[in-house]
Amino acid sequence: MSKSNFTRRGVLKTGAVGGAALALPQYLRADGHAGFTNAPGDSEVVLGFNVPQTGPYADEGADELRAYELAVEHLNGGGDGGMLNTFSSKVLDGTGILGREVKYVTGDTQTKSDAARASARSMIEKDGAIMITGGSSSGVAVAVQALCQEAGVIFMAGLTHSNDTTGKDRKANGFRHFFNSYMTGAALAPVLAANYGTDRKAYHLTADYNWGYTTEEAIVSSTEAMGWETVNSVKTPLTQTDFSSYIAPVLNSGADVLVLNHYGGNMVNSLTNAVQFGLRDAVANGKNFEIVVPLYSRLMARGAGANVKGIYGSTNWHWSLQDEGSQAFVRSFGTKYGFPPSQAAHTTYVQTLLYADAVTRAGSFAPCAVAEALKDYEFDGLGNGPTLYRGDDHQCFKDVLVVRGKENPESEFDLLEIVEVTPVDQVMYAPDHPQMGGADASLGECNNGA
Amino acid sequence: MDQIIVQILNGLDKGSAYALIALGLTLIFGTLGVVNFAHGALFMLGAFCAVILSKILNISREVLVEGETDFLGNPLMRDVPVVYDWFGEAAGAAIIDWNVPLAILFSIPIMIGVGFAMERGLIKHFYKRPHADQILVTFGLAIVLAEVIKYFFGANPIQTPAPAAFTGSLDFGVWLGFDPLTIMYPYWRLVYFFFSALIIAGVFAFLQFTTFGMVVRAGMADRETVQMLGIDIDKRFTFMFGLAAAVAGLAGVMYAPIVAPNYHMGMDFLVLSFVVVVVGGMGSLPGAVAAGFLLGILESFASMPVVVDILPGINQIIIYLVAIIILLTRPRGLMGRKGVMED
Repeated sequence: MSKSNFTRRGVLKTGAVGGAALALPQYLRADGHAGFTNAPGDSEVVLGFNVPQTGPYADEGADELRAYELAVEHLNGGGDGGMLNTFSSKVLDGTGILGREVKYVTGDTQTKSDAARASARSMIEKDGAIMITGGSSSGVAVAVQALCQEAGVIFMAGLTHSNDTTGKDRKANGFRHFFNSYMTGAALAPVLAANYGTDRKAYHLTADYNWGYTTEEAIVSSTEAMGWETVNSVKTPLTQTDFSSYIAPVLNSGADVLVLNHYGGNMVNSLTNAVQFGLRDAVANGKNFEIVVPLYSRLMARGAGANVKGIYGSTNWHWSLQDEGSQAFVRSFGTKYGFPPSQAAHTTYVQTLLYADAVTRAGSFAPCAVAEALKDYEFDGLGNGPTLYRGDDHQCFKDVLVVRGKENPESEFDLLEIVEVTPVDQVMYAPDHPQMGGADASLGECNNGA
Repeated sequence: MDQIIVQILNGLDKGSAYALIALGLTLIFGTLGVVNFAHGALFMLGAFCAVILSKILNISREVLVEGETDFLGNPLMRDVPVVYDWFGEAAGAAIIDWNVPLAILFSIPIMIGVGFAMERGLIKHFYKRPHADQILVTFGLAIVLAEVIKYFFGANPIQTPAPAAFTGSLDFGVWLGFDPLTIMYPYWRLVYFFFSALIIAGVFAFLQFTTFGMVVRAGMADRETVQMLGIDIDKRFTFMFGLAAAVAGLAGVMYAPIVAPNYHMGMDFLVLSFVVVVVGGMGSLPGAVAAGFLLGILESFASMPVVVDILPGINQIIIYLVAIIILLTRPRGLMGRKGVMED
């Protein structure tokens, strides 16, 4: 006579324990054997792409996602390899990362800090993402970077230009390839002085949030160092669409330059309003009135149409660059999608390769090992010339592009022309620079997770 | 003094948009008793009528450009609008340039059709439901319409310029004896103001001087009595919904060159327009128009740097602040009628 060990109570107990184990966040389970959050298995590794799929920056988010998909394809040995062929490091061989096939999950930041944190948390806890990357806003980047620091995963920032991301809010687990407000000021000011003279009076309209403040501070400081005077700076609500009330007083303010510290839809509308109010044709203080847009993107320039013609700004990368890396990326992206990539696409693609490369060089997915591999890492062949990932603040240092709206564009993509490639030495600063949080700013301790 | 005039002018065109949207809202509320939170979406759809017409007019055929290459090094194909083939290059370019005024004609049937479809297909089922249900369903509809537009046109603003003849600014200050370049005002904003005034006058004249308008006004005052006289007032009210949709659409079409259309612009205007309706007085057409201009001008003044320096943040709350003050002193709004939404 056989005796069964199965009892009703036993099954219930086992079920309850098993259910509780399955309900545990994946990162609490995985690190038990590997010592870090979301250690991957032997066959695949999951990356989390957290981009704005809805909201005002959804178009940039869509371009970022395209670039991520391309990067995954190249890492897994698909396509033409893109920048893997031009990257100075040769450890990536198209077999995934450390022999694991690269998989990815996506989240929607909605360009809102709380939504971005929620989607990043979900990708870490439910999907087992070992690294989070993306975003198209500094507010989002700072918020998600802090979350990744707590959770013990690496954050490879997407398009974030505020000084704070690698300044006062820098984190040991966070890394930024994109340039920042300080670099824009340092690169742009000499070009403005050369073209518009040193005796200028500037009026700033600034988006009322984190990025706007640091950009205004950087431009004011760098242009005043060139001899310009700042007449006024006015904060504008992020939700503003009609800037006429802010533009109208500019002509009678004594200013002869308007600096629009706006991005995305804000920039499209404020620039359009400024042109409508005749600022570009106006004369003030005996000089032609000028408009400056510190941070340009091609997607934004397309929105502003003919209004961008002749207006100076800066950008992290442009598809018309002729170096081997940029050409390879444009060829891969253009062939796959039918149009050239944006700077948002470029920085996210590069960040994915840099992460994969760091893991491979470290021989480990452990965040602190990866961070160590990225620190003070010098590389080339990814579109911006020789680049340094500085260990003190996890900011990339590379040449900065000063661009101008093209007078006679030849296509809908041909909107900006590069007027100067500012050498990296000119945009370098000390890690404890006052605009970067001063001596109090610290990366803190690297976190491998629970 | 010059700054005051500049801000009044600014307020007038912003107020024009508020007034046009609030006029449509009030028409719908006054006739059908529906609180239509999708009205901002109708304004947005109007602006996208201009975008759609622009896309249609720019439908192109590709022509190979000898000796030139595209960004991938392939032979360059240049787009030539089909209207160039039909009307010649000069006339074709002029048609594309005058896209926004042409979109007025394009948008009227579309917006009336959208209004009819909304009213017959969805909103009529909510006439006898509480206002909260109406708000929920129309707000949901507004979100759906915005997402549909985003799906087809993306999230970024789409530049829709005014005809070249209306670019640039009028030196308004010279007319008033100020120095040149003291008070500049864009031509298209002047056009917008006069266009709005024309539409508002047209709607009032229609309601005041036509038999149809008289019946509608009678229906607004006492629906049951009008029905007892054998008049199908519902049919007329449905037409008024279409008219209100067309007014919102026209406001959107003409606004497209002022603020580049994006899928979210309806939401940006919706809340403010409701405040305008409440301040003007629920169901009062003249009240909606007066409150639209009043709040538009006040918002402009509150955005002046000198005002913001003294009262930081006032530019973002001024409309709500004024609304609170007016409603505390005149609970029915500026021109509200007794009994409206008071049951």
